[in-house]
Amino acid sequence: MSLAATNIDAVRTGVVQRFRVRKRLSLAVPGLILLYLAYIFFAFDIPGVASRAKPENAAILLGDFWSYKTHVTRDNRSGVVTTAIEGERKGEYPAGAGPDWLTLGDVTRIDLPGGAEVRYMADGGAELAIPDFGEMSVALDGRKIAVTLPDDTDQPNWMSLSKNRISLNRGDWRFAMTPAKTETFRYQAGWELFFFTLDSPFHGKSVGDLIALVASGERVVPDRSNLSAMAHDIWTNKMWRHSDVFWAMGETVLMAFLGTMGAGLIALPLAFFAASNFTPARWLRLGLRRVFDLFRGIDGLIWTVILSRAFGPGPMTGALAILMTDTGTFGKTFSEALENIDGKQVEGVQSTGANAPQRMRFGVIPQIAPVILSQLLYYLESNTRSATVIGALVGGGIGLLLTQAIITQKDWEEVCYYMVLIVLTVMLLDSLSGWVRRRIIKG
Amino acid sequence: MSLAPHPDPADYLAMVRRKRLYGGVLLVLFVVLMVSGFRVADARNAGGFFDGLHRVLDFPAEIFTEAFANWQNLPGLFVQFIPSLIETLNIAAVSTMFGALLAMVLAFLSTRGLALWPRMTPVFRRMMDIMRAVPEIVIALVLIFLLGGGPVPAMIAIAFHTTGALGKLFSEAAENADLKPVEGLASTGAGWIQRMWLGILPQVAPNWSSYALLRFEINIRASAILGFVGSGGIGYDLKTALQWGQGKYDQVVAIFALLLLTIIVVDHFSDRARARLVKGGLEA
Repeated sequence: MSLAATNIDAVRTGVVQRFRVRKRLSLAVPGLILLYLAYIFFAFDIPGVASRAKPENAAILLGDFWSYKTHVTRDNRSGVVTTAIEGERKGEYPAGAGPDWLTLGDVTRIDLPGGAEVRYMADGGAELAIPDFGEMSVALDGRKIAVTLPDDTDQPNWMSLSKNRISLNRGDWRFAMTPAKTETFRYQAGWELFFFTLDSPFHGKSVGDLIALVASGERVVPDRSNLSAMAHDIWTNKMWRHSDVFWAMGETVLMAFLGTMGAGLIALPLAFFAASNFTPARWLRLGLRRVFDLFRGIDGLIWTVILSRAFGPGPMTGALAILMTDTGTFGKTFSEALENIDGKQVEGVQSTGANAPQRMRFGVIPQIAPVILSQLLYYLESNTRSATVIGALVGGGIGLLLTQAIITQKDWEEVCYYMVLIVLTVMLLDSLSGWVRRRIIKG
Repeated sequence: MSLAPHPDPADYLAMVRRKRLYGGVLLVLFVVLMVSGFRVADARNAGGFFDGLHRVLDFPAEIFTEAFANWQNLPGLFVQFIPSLIETLNIAAVSTMFGALLAMVLAFLSTRGLALWPRMTPVFRRMMDIMRAVPEIVIALVLIFLLGGGPVPAMIAIAFHTTGALGKLFSEAAENADLKPVEGLASTGAGWIQRMWLGILPQVAPNWSSYALLRFEINIRASAILGFVGSGGIGYDLKTALQWGQGKYDQVVAIFALLLLTIIVVDHFSDRARARLVKGGLEA
């Protein structure tokens, strides 16, 4: 039990030394990370980001995500008033009709949130009644406008005024007038016209009414049952283009499916030639492995660029780009799985006098099938997400719609819709593949 | 489970037949899906598959001929693109770091037995699912609108996705951790953060680092792609060179080569590091 004194000292110095190294390391690593972050702070020009950021864009985007606006516009020259959702032609109300907060007539009255009212007068001017502020009027004066504010008030900060333009921003509504036109925007929560556009007979009906319509035999559209007419109107909705969106989403899933499964089909036979227990020839094995590495290493981006030159934009190009990268990945993992199989099972099958294909079928395949299947399913899910990105690059699927909607910088509600759709699809595929994996691998 | 002394061979054969039938049906379904999927994709593509097949090599041939004709430019171009390559790598590294940190917190919060608020675990899990499902490109494009171009939108976008992806893996690894150290620490009056930091983290560190390294490999690719849609790095250079077209193909080749080389080198080293982390633990 007794250690020589020198021995104890040696052990002690050893331990102390090790602790010292540990201590230094535990200080050095966070220090290095901090240094790196400091370098990144300047390399990425973080101070510049703050100055370049556009918080007003964030307000637009967030507002657009969950609300819509209705434009009530009067052409001051012709006096024609048009009411349109998001100001789009596709969302225009028929002449003489409008939402219930709008009264058309000689004087157009617009009821606004907070008890405010805007009136487009018959003489071309406009009157505004704003609680806590008062009555004000804007009159046309040739190529200028004349504004009369309530008595004893200064120009508030939510109003901007010049010789030929006045604009008010009250948060949930806006008003703007130039000699050419008078415009009022009213913001409301929701995605208007998501199911039925204004030209559909079902627009503006409540859920209860719609269910009652489905249940009743009376047909709204003569040649269709109510349910199919509703489905048709939703499917052909011109504002939200549900049919296009679903086709695009389908295209994206198709890209992922074709790419993943195609890669699996190509990689499986090749994997046998890259596994040491099936292919004794070293040069072939190592050669194939390098090919797999190359295919994996050539990034999806590079494949996309090369393939879209040959095949043009579309889902086939995306599928092939996924196929190329994944062939490399699968080749590697499948051959590793093959190398890890248990030889005894193959021997057992061989002992019954089985020939080579039978040995494969009954000795090898049952062992690697779960690995292959779970890999394929996992990649199918993750490739659906990649297919969105690749779709944005090659111009196909939901990725294309998404980039288009983002580039317009105003259809953020559509961006939100596509995002929700993508997230739901990926999550659906995720749970689906999890379910299949559990069923097949365990049971 | 009582085994009949003489199981009826007819039953067994019926079962085999049924199993074969299922397998056959699945196979037919799979083939039908593949063939019809192929035809749909082919029809909706701008160029057909069989028309394009013989042209696959045209573009590589074109760029390589031009690059070989101007081979003396290549070393200079490599040097020219190194800064963008470093930017791409930096985006990947920083986003992996931040993503991993956040994933760590989320993993602790969403693992059974470790969670600070056990009732909230499903909420954090769903949160990670959603973060995982959103493609990076969406967030990057939205952030470019808000923050302007540059590496920051890409960094945030990749970090967001990384958080979700790593959070799930981290939490799976943490589920297998031994809870005794946590109990021991709890008995000394340690707080939740101390229990996690001293009790769980040392157990899962090798696995977690290995996952984070793998994610770093993936994020390099993602960062290159995001550059292509307008947020800096080598992807952006590639886009500019491609848009220019003929005359800048030597640049395209240089970028391809740099990207390929980087990915292969990083994959190689991270492969080795991961093997050491998972098999041998950190070097003793």
